[in-house]
Amino acid sequence: MSGSRRTIEVPEVGLIVLCGASGSGKSTFARAHFAETEVVSSDRCRALVGDDENDQSVTAQAFSLLHDIVDKRLELGRMTVVDATNVKAEDRRPLVELARKWDVLASVVVLDLPVDVCMQRNSQREDRTTPEHAIRRQHKVLRRTARRLRKERFSRVHTFASVAEVEAAEVVRTRLWTDRRDDVGPFDIIGDVHGCSAELVRLLGELGYDTTTTPIAHPDGRRVVFLGDLVDRGPGVAEVLDVAMSMVQAGTALCILGNHENKLGRALAGRNVQVSHGLGESLAQLEVRTPEYRDQVAGFIDGLVSHYLLDGGRLVVAHAGLPERYHGRASGRVRSIALYGDTDGETDEYGLPVRYPWADDYRGKAAVVYGHTPVPTAGWLNNTICLDTGAVFGGEMTALRWPERELVSVPAEREYYEPLRPLVEETAASRPPLLLDVADVLGKHYVETGLAGRLTIEAERSSAALEVMSRFATDPRWLVHLPPTMAPVATSKRPDYLEHPDEAFGYFAKAGVVDVVCEEKHMGSRAVLIFARTPDAAHERFGISNDAAGVIVTRTGRPFFADDTITAKLLDRFRRAVDVAGLWGNLSTDWLVVDAELLPWSAKAAALLQRQYAATGAAAGSMLDAAGITLANAAQRGVDVGDIRARTEARTGHVASYVDAYRRYCWATDGAEGIEIAPFQILAAEGEVLARRAHRWHLDTVDSLIEHDSALLRRTERRHVCLTDETQVAEAIEWWEASTAAGAEGMVVKPAETIVEGAKGLVLPGVKCRGREYLRIIYGPEYLEPANLDRLRERSLGRKASLARREFALGIEALDRFVAREHLFRTHECVFGVLALESEPVDPRL
Amino acid sequence: MLISITSTTPDATDLGYLLHKHPDRVRSVDVGFGKAHVFYPEATPDRCTATLLVEVDPISLSRRRKGSQTQSLEPYVNDRPYAASSMLSVALGRLFGSAMAGSCEARPELVDTALDLEIEVPVVAATGGEEVLRRLFEPLGYEVGCSALVLDDQFPDWGDSRYLAVHLSGSVPIQSALQHLFVLLPVLDGRKHYWVGPDEIDKLLRRGGDWLRSHPDHEFITRRYLRFGGLAREALARLSDGIDDSDRVDEAQDVAEAEVERPLSLNEQRTLAVLAAVERAGGGRVADLGCGEGRLLQRLLDQSFVSALLGIDVSIGALERAERRLRLGQMSERRRDKLELAQGALTYADDRLVGVDVATVVEVIEHIDPERLDVFARVLFGRSAPATVIVTTPNSEYNVHFERLTPSRLRHGDHRFEWTRSEFQNWAVEVSEQYGYSADFLAIGPDDPETGPPTQMVVFRRAEMAL
Repeated sequence: MSGSRRTIEVPEVGLIVLCGASGSGKSTFARAHFAETEVVSSDRCRALVGDDENDQSVTAQAFSLLHDIVDKRLELGRMTVVDATNVKAEDRRPLVELARKWDVLASVVVLDLPVDVCMQRNSQREDRTTPEHAIRRQHKVLRRTARRLRKERFSRVHTFASVAEVEAAEVVRTRLWTDRRDDVGPFDIIGDVHGCSAELVRLLGELGYDTTTTPIAHPDGRRVVFLGDLVDRGPGVAEVLDVAMSMVQAGTALCILGNHENKLGRALAGRNVQVSHGLGESLAQLEVRTPEYRDQVAGFIDGLVSHYLLDGGRLVVAHAGLPERYHGRASGRVRSIALYGDTDGETDEYGLPVRYPWADDYRGKAAVVYGHTPVPTAGWLNNTICLDTGAVFGGEMTALRWPERELVSVPAEREYYEPLRPLVEETAASRPPLLLDVADVLGKHYVETGLAGRLTIEAERSSAALEVMSRFATDPRWLVHLPPTMAPVATSKRPDYLEHPDEAFGYFAKAGVVDVVCEEKHMGSRAVLIFARTPDAAHERFGISNDAAGVIVTRTGRPFFADDTITAKLLDRFRRAVDVAGLWGNLSTDWLVVDAELLPWSAKAAALLQRQYAATGAAAGSMLDAAGITLANAAQRGVDVGDIRARTEARTGHVASYVDAYRRYCWATDGAEGIEIAPFQILAAEGEVLARRAHRWHLDTVDSLIEHDSALLRRTERRHVCLTDETQVAEAIEWWEASTAAGAEGMVVKPAETIVEGAKGLVLPGVKCRGREYLRIIYGPEYLEPANLDRLRERSLGRKASLARREFALGIEALDRFVAREHLFRTHECVFGVLALESEPVDPRL
Repeated sequence: MLISITSTTPDATDLGYLLHKHPDRVRSVDVGFGKAHVFYPEATPDRCTATLLVEVDPISLSRRRKGSQTQSLEPYVNDRPYAASSMLSVALGRLFGSAMAGSCEARPELVDTALDLEIEVPVVAATGGEEVLRRLFEPLGYEVGCSALVLDDQFPDWGDSRYLAVHLSGSVPIQSALQHLFVLLPVLDGRKHYWVGPDEIDKLLRRGGDWLRSHPDHEFITRRYLRFGGLAREALARLSDGIDDSDRVDEAQDVAEAEVERPLSLNEQRTLAVLAAVERAGGGRVADLGCGEGRLLQRLLDQSFVSALLGIDVSIGALERAERRLRLGQMSERRRDKLELAQGALTYADDRLVGVDVATVVEVIEHIDPERLDVFARVLFGRSAPATVIVTTPNSEYNVHFERLTPSRLRHGDHRFEWTRSEFQNWAVEVSEQYGYSADFLAIGPDDPETGPPTQMVVFRRAEMAL
């Protein structure tokens, strides 16, 4: 044997099956060429399940484990080497099946060493020996089956027949043809061309290419990606091929295989194919060219791959699109799906195959750009886009600029080919609804947020949230946000107060925030308004609509009103104010998400008010009145009830104040009449999460709406305070004291800049500071009695603050994802997370 | 909390001996949740009144004591400090324990003597209202008077509260009167007695003695006493958002629905119809979606044509009840392997439903918001695509036959809609066309010529199966 290296190439993503008798050196080979974790060894699996590498009695369990590990690794696309004798075809079959299941290439490395070598090595082992007859048998079986390995669907077979060969081996990992992740563009991706050479040249011109040279090139070095189907049907097939082939050869374009090239390639190779769907045009046009040219075309087609991963894996191009699990995988199935889509042989009324709507369920992070199915206009759906806008059928030829995500198209000069089925504009309403998967939300989950990193949602919380979400909440397609809970200020040290602005200002000053806004806290119920300009616009953006073209939901996502007509009336009025204020245009949007307080409290909480608040007032009032009378009588008799009487009188006063407190937040409403909405943040609109803007913008914008319907919309009083200015701070405290003494609920103090990341992470987006009188509703009528107040001061706020922070991060994340038009489940997992966190046990009075 | 007991039997001041409390003094004791005081606003030979005032410490009810395992706490805004409840019984026991036990050394002859008593309780939380109040006290010989307290006179349309001002009068020995109050005030209140341990309940029942055994509402009284536990579903309660879903979640609603439909034993007819349809479909792997407490699962499990059974429900509580009902713990391994219970929601795709042969959706779709039915259909017919899907739902036309159901009401508080036959059929036909199924309709229950049957059923068969 020669001393030169013996190089074998193995695909980076793939399965390698080692094959050889005991003592043939499989483990040594594996150790020499692969990382420890890449090697799955049957002996190791025996030890893992049965504590002994040699225990043949646990073989079944050991191989079951081995197959499971291989299954998981291949699912993840990891290089996997199986170290077992694998001498029998039946041993190898399940491994090949797993490779096929996960669409990776399977290679086999046969260590066909002389049987003497194996036996000699075996006898030198200290830990174990395999009986000689077993080694001989293994060797014989291997010899018998090794010739048929190709038939077992191994894509590569590498055989080593001597020790020297093995020692000279060098393993080189190769990337798949489809893996061009290190190619970062920029690209101009062009949809189906179908021989429309004039349109192609015009489109390239529009894209800024110099079309006067051959090959065509871009002055800035941009490159074209052809999505396949360059040929058939149109009048300029050869001209299109000229452009594409020269560009690909010169490196100014990439091209992937379309089903039409595939068939043309087979026709050019002399295979018997049905000449239909415009193949005749291609063959006729190529017929007038030279045989060498046709060979060149055949060679070009032969070199095209099914799909590419580009730009660090952020972009996938495939002619008919590609579900995520096939990205960067290699198999006949991947090729077929990339070329034709996922079809099961069914055809529609026009005789065209019915394809599984893979894009509806696409959840991948990579954008998938494809063609194949003509659509009237190109539009993103779940991070996928089809660029075939039917140029050859008289439509347009469309390109996508990447990474800019801009669309450029040119109209066809005429209809070159009659469409097989009419191009119907697919409306949002006609699309099937997007689906959420229960696996997205059930069980323990992690949600990555931009503001607070990775957040954990515990399984039992998810379980409670699923019930609420699916039974009581509004449809998830509407629910693109839920508001966070809000932490109160730290407990006041002042003798008569449980909460005071001192601590609110102190918190923000300590967090390094200089400017804050103090907003009046309205005593109603939290409401989120999610609505579009029209029902059609709602359908387009939310994938759902109703008569109201929107929803008003509570903080747990429930519809605010059982009666939909009330919602519709309120949203109509709100929408009119937005119309008149010109906000649609200013924000270039046709939908909004608005955070607000809806008043009166009694509108939503009528049952609670009557069952708990008014009831307590009624019971307390009557009981204390009766006690007052009977104590007075006893005192008149000379019984010494002085202390008890004084306390009872004080309690009577407390109860009266308490009743006054809740009464302020109650008034009669009749349907939508009497309802008021106090918006304080416009959370999101098309293209922007407005919740990141400063509070001053929100309040000013809301003021501009209020002018137009001051009966419905209520102003939020506010003070902008610079915390280093003592006068401003003192004035704000005075304002709080005066307004709360007059019955206001209190205020919320927020950083002026809305979202502030401090040294210790996210600063609370707001803290509430509730008034003394109002707190009677929370802590009971008699809470201000010094003996009571002292005990109430012991309250732990940490958990509430942590919840507030996490829920806030999730709420913003939900909006970020919705605005970025990510898949429904990506928004939903955040909103679901808020609901799940809300089910955590925390003191409800905070 | 306040109660006054007046004797008008001369010499009325004997009441002081019986109660072991001097009419001219105030007696105060600590009762754990506050202070209880006894004093006499009136003490003449003709008329003597002892008042028991309990100053409940409201904070102690709402704050967890160190080391306490109790999860349930009272809200701070709470009627408990004011309305008569089991806490008042505890105070009665503490201050009048000897009297209740029938001891009176000073006037032993008075113990068994009936006195003319007037009892005033200005605020009683009366669950069941005046009717229950009378049922409890009238059989014991009291003349019962009461008036309801209004919730808030500024909001007259809120109506009356659940509190009564109660006046009882009767000729009863003081020992009996105290025992009656001791046992019946908490019964009337009807709330859980967090502050009374189970052993004290036994004590209370012993105190009831003979009069309780002969009380015509003996069972009712005992049952209300045994209202313990039920701390489950707290996570859910925290999500209640101030909206009272209890009428939706409550099993009582199911009972109410069953009551409405009872004359027909519709449930059983429905079950038989579904079982027959599953058998006709060939059985195999069967999933019951919205299985609830597993009534249908229990029957399906016994069928030889069912090879595997999956019960899915969104409510963890319902699944736990199903587990108990089906005695999952005691099931043989073979039987246990046949059954799987899992939480899931019909508006979320669910891989566990892939490969199911027959899906039953019995009295479930009417609990789904109409705007989400498109998602439900896509999840079930589009994604899971079982060969057979069996759906039943109420026929709203039939509701006129239900005497207990007022017109325009639905049969169950959580029903989001109830369909007529044509509404149901339109939906089913649309779904079958969209997803490639056939649809056969069946009537369940008496098929009235005018209104049709009480329950309507459709059996969907996937198109290639129908060939």
